[in-house]
Amino acid sequence: MPAAHFTEQYVPLPKPATPLLKVLQRVYGYLVPYWKQTAGAYLSLLGILALNALIPQFTRWIIDTGIEGKNLKVLAWSVLALLGLTLLKGVLNYFQGKWSEVASQNVAFDLRNELQKKLTHLSFSFHDQSETGELLSRAIQDVERVRFLTGRATLRILEAVLLLIITLVIMLVMDYRLALLILITIPFLVIQAVRFGIRFRPLSLLVQKQLAVLTTAVEQNLRGNRVVKAYAQEDAEISRFEKENEHWFNLSNRSARMQAVNVPLLFLIANLGTVAIVLYGGSQVIDGNLTIGEVVAFISYLGQLVDPIRRLGMIIPAVAIAGAASERIFDVLDTVSDVRDTPNAKPMRKIKGRVRFENVTFGYGKNKILKDVTFDVQPGQKIALLGTTGSGKSSIINLIPRFYDPTSGRILIDETDIRDATLKSLRSQIGIVLQETTLFAATIRENIAFGSKNASEEDIINAARAAQAHDFIMQNPQGYDTRVGERGVTLSGGQKQRLAIARALLLNPRILILDDATASVDTETEHLIQEAFAQLIKGRTTFVIAHRLSTVKDADVIFVLESGRIVAQGTHADLINSSHLYRGIYSQQLKKQEEQP
Amino acid sequence: MSFSIGSSTFGMGPRSTLEDFGSTGAQGGEVYNRKVISRMLAYLRPHQWKMLSALVLTLTESGLTLLTPYLVKVAIDQYITPGHRDGLLAIALQIAAAYIVLFIVSSGQRYILSWVGQKVLSTLRGDLFRHLQRLQPGYHDRHIVGVTVSRVINDVAEINELLSQGVITLLGDLVVLVGIIIIMLTMNAKLALLTFIVLPLMFLATWLFSRQARKAFRETRSKVAAVVGDLAEDINGMRAIQAFTQEEASQTRFEQVNRENRNAYISAMNLSFVFLPAVEFLGMLATVIVLWFGGHFVLQETVTLGVLVAFLNYVTRFFQPIQELSRMYTTFQSAMAGGEQVFKLLDTPLEITDAPGAVALSDIQGKITFDHVTFQYRPDTPTVLNDISLVIEPGKTAAIVGPTGAGKTTIANLITRFYEVSGGTILIDNQDIRSLTMRSLRQQVRIISQDPFLFSRSIRENICYGKPDASDDAVEEAARKANAHDFIARLPEGYNTRILEGGVNLSQGQRQLISIARALLTDPRILILDEATANIDTITEVLIQEALSRLLKDRTAVVIAHRLSTVRSADWVYVIDKGQIAEQGTHLDLIVKNGLYAHLYERQFMDK
Repeated sequence: MPAAHFTEQYVPLPKPATPLLKVLQRVYGYLVPYWKQTAGAYLSLLGILALNALIPQFTRWIIDTGIEGKNLKVLAWSVLALLGLTLLKGVLNYFQGKWSEVASQNVAFDLRNELQKKLTHLSFSFHDQSETGELLSRAIQDVERVRFLTGRATLRILEAVLLLIITLVIMLVMDYRLALLILITIPFLVIQAVRFGIRFRPLSLLVQKQLAVLTTAVEQNLRGNRVVKAYAQEDAEISRFEKENEHWFNLSNRSARMQAVNVPLLFLIANLGTVAIVLYGGSQVIDGNLTIGEVVAFISYLGQLVDPIRRLGMIIPAVAIAGAASERIFDVLDTVSDVRDTPNAKPMRKIKGRVRFENVTFGYGKNKILKDVTFDVQPGQKIALLGTTGSGKSSIINLIPRFYDPTSGRILIDETDIRDATLKSLRSQIGIVLQETTLFAATIRENIAFGSKNASEEDIINAARAAQAHDFIMQNPQGYDTRVGERGVTLSGGQKQRLAIARALLLNPRILILDDATASVDTETEHLIQEAFAQLIKGRTTFVIAHRLSTVKDADVIFVLESGRIVAQGTHADLINSSHLYRGIYSQQLKKQEEQP
Repeated sequence: MSFSIGSSTFGMGPRSTLEDFGSTGAQGGEVYNRKVISRMLAYLRPHQWKMLSALVLTLTESGLTLLTPYLVKVAIDQYITPGHRDGLLAIALQIAAAYIVLFIVSSGQRYILSWVGQKVLSTLRGDLFRHLQRLQPGYHDRHIVGVTVSRVINDVAEINELLSQGVITLLGDLVVLVGIIIIMLTMNAKLALLTFIVLPLMFLATWLFSRQARKAFRETRSKVAAVVGDLAEDINGMRAIQAFTQEEASQTRFEQVNRENRNAYISAMNLSFVFLPAVEFLGMLATVIVLWFGGHFVLQETVTLGVLVAFLNYVTRFFQPIQELSRMYTTFQSAMAGGEQVFKLLDTPLEITDAPGAVALSDIQGKITFDHVTFQYRPDTPTVLNDISLVIEPGKTAAIVGPTGAGKTTIANLITRFYEVSGGTILIDNQDIRSLTMRSLRQQVRIISQDPFLFSRSIRENICYGKPDASDDAVEEAARKANAHDFIARLPEGYNTRILEGGVNLSQGQRQLISIARALLTDPRILILDEATANIDTITEVLIQEALSRLLKDRTAVVIAHRLSTVRSADWVYVIDKGQIAEQGTHLDLIVKNGLYAHLYERQFMDK
């Protein structure tokens, strides 16, 4: 849901739901399958650190022994050694980078696959409530932030910590008093870093949420661009967007302020350590307890510390951000779908086609749409559903394939409660053709075969012929290989519907659900499709949301719905005599279709 | 690599028209890059004073960075080596002060740069959004929504880091470099020049890297766009996927796209993992040169030890920014790729715009004229309308019927200038619609389409979409006229009920009714009903027919219908077949004529 407009008001930071450590634990769990690369990267890191520790020693040695000690041979060899060590370091750097990248990219790969998979299993009611832009934001940007953490960020953290330890040990060995001086700065550094991280995380959560809001705004606007244009609301939409944009800016700015102060603070602490060395170490040299080389080495070691400290400073916000991002990802992954296979679900046998509703009640949110609906449809019957808008017709046909579960009551197909069957086995035997056709950006062939992956070319073409689609398909130079645009916009409404019909025909389902699909096709084609349907409906149980007189007259039973109940049922002839409501509908609309010119 | 808020280390790619679905687009890398850079810099221009102060702060920061090793040198040479203890404290305090100032300057600089960076980001996003609003529907029909989304959100973010941090870091580092070069040359020219031997090698390495990197990063853009596009498609079509039990197939497809993305990134990053160590090695080479030659000079007593130590220090400091710049170069490559995409989108030409001197359409009578109108979606697609000429007098209802794909919906698209005619003219009240402002045109000509898009906002907001300041009474009035009021009033939250994304909490019929109310609120002179009433249940359809017949009085209406029953009450009927007017006349005339229309009409009732 889009956030309210807080542009002027101060936004209090929310408390994160899960402790950071638990979240991070889960995140790092994704790294486990790639332990080999990770280990390799970390070992390379150790190698690099060892070399980093060694190199200043060489420098010290060169200065003290080679130069001051006037030993050219030492100078020569140690210089060469330095080059060699650096080369080695370069190689290790390569592997460190490559392996950590491979590992972290695989973490992102896994997370994205899991998210997409989860989305395909979440029920209609989840998707009804969710926004595409929000989901995209989580799958793309939030995953990337987590990836960054498991890759480079962790390496840098490890590096910083190890470097600190190693350097300190060396310094302790060299001169424990100088080392102790350095040690005093460490707690300050750690406290500062941790404080920063804690305050930063909730803020970054807000920023990411707002980015998702922006994503949704863009996505929705693109989908509805015709309406925006038709109502000349471009300017209004632009100012709406700008409001959200500005809100994002304010939040980002706040977090930038936080970083701008806290990161350099880390440096300052470290730098003041250098001053301490110059002062104390210098006086030790004057007293003759230390050599200049040693002090120089110390300074260079401290210099070596500055870089990892700086990186640590950068990483802390990254950890906080990744923490917030992971929460958003796990939010989706942990959602339990309200319609799913029960543990004991068994695949449905070949359906004969008897459909029973027993006291089914169904509501959407606070509304009760279906109230205590009961019926018993025999295999092969054709049922016409009639009623005003919102009377419950769509709900009935949404419940049969278990797109939603009833609030109470049960639905049986061939004596099996559909909740006891696997969703896949149930849905693959139900064919659906509704008024809104979703086609995918793929070839026509792929769209028709959507749902019947093993169909032969012949079957596909036959289905297309039966749906009266073959002719217009062949009008395109690439025929069945013609690509259909997103949402199938390069096809007319009638053409899209015919592809949907072909798709359902190819499926050869036992139960057919139609929304009087031929209503938006021209009368000539409509007539032909009616014929095709008559053939196919034979022997299949069919539920039709009826708009056409012919549908209603040919139906075995007509269900007249009002306010969520079946108020009348029977054949046309029955109902004309018995139901006032039906007579009303008939005389108002259906009869007109019969009038003579 | 530093990490900034709101940025991600990746971006989206060129996934333009569906024909380009496989290619990575964008040729002519070199020339484009220069243009991209100058345009990106143009976005910085409004913030030039801030940038200037950031620069000053950076220079100060660099200055202090240069100063501190020098101070350390002074400490070693003048106080430690000779053993002057008292001066040592003084100089230590000086160094401490320098560091504190460094902290303040550093904070300020970072904050300003972040501010500018985020500002540019949000400006760019705003510009992109604005441009997208103005682009013609033809563009949107041909491009995958997910990909465009990703350009606005992600490609832009890619530029952020480079633009704010990058520019200043570059300048700051350059200053440091120049400063160090001068200092080194002053201290000991011979040693300095020896050190600089490494630089040409550095340039060579950079050049080799950038050629490969550019290609690789463009590839990553393209691959990530595919991921976004695919996922958006899946989410949008999730109901169909589940209805046809295609969950696994969609997972397999996504995994493939996902895998390609992963591989593209690994390849691109691998390049930098070779480049950066190479730069570091060259840096060490320079240090080694200093030690070797410098060492000899000390032994020959042409150079003091303090100078050598300082030199070593400066060499390290010299190569730090170079390494920083190299790291930045990787970011630069990916930012350039992102920038290319952003500007490509911004540069997409607006094909349908107001002509200069366009007049507002006002107080129209409502006469519609098609004068030899021809149309095809693109030059290589078949002609949809072929030399159509017709006149609809004000206040009359014209029905357009014909087989599917004959061009009926296209007529609606053309009258509102969603698409531009390929040949001929469309006139309203004898004015070429191309000479009118689109805004005024569309406010007077309303389409009610068969598949109305509703925003995920309240019902009220949707109904008053065309007139946001309409009173609640006006909204209710429009809803009553559209026969929508009853069902809205029955909802628990009434007019405040929020419509979910995709309009899923309403039935098809209810969505239609709301879209009709939306159209009616704006009181248009010309109504275009595109198969509007064909898909609603019978009872609701009756209600709509009633409402519409009331409203069609005194308005010009073009009804594009398949159901001949709705067409019987029209004043004039046009039968379109294969892009041309096959027949026209009143319903009775055409029946008598016994042509195509009669044939279509008869077929509907053949079996009754």
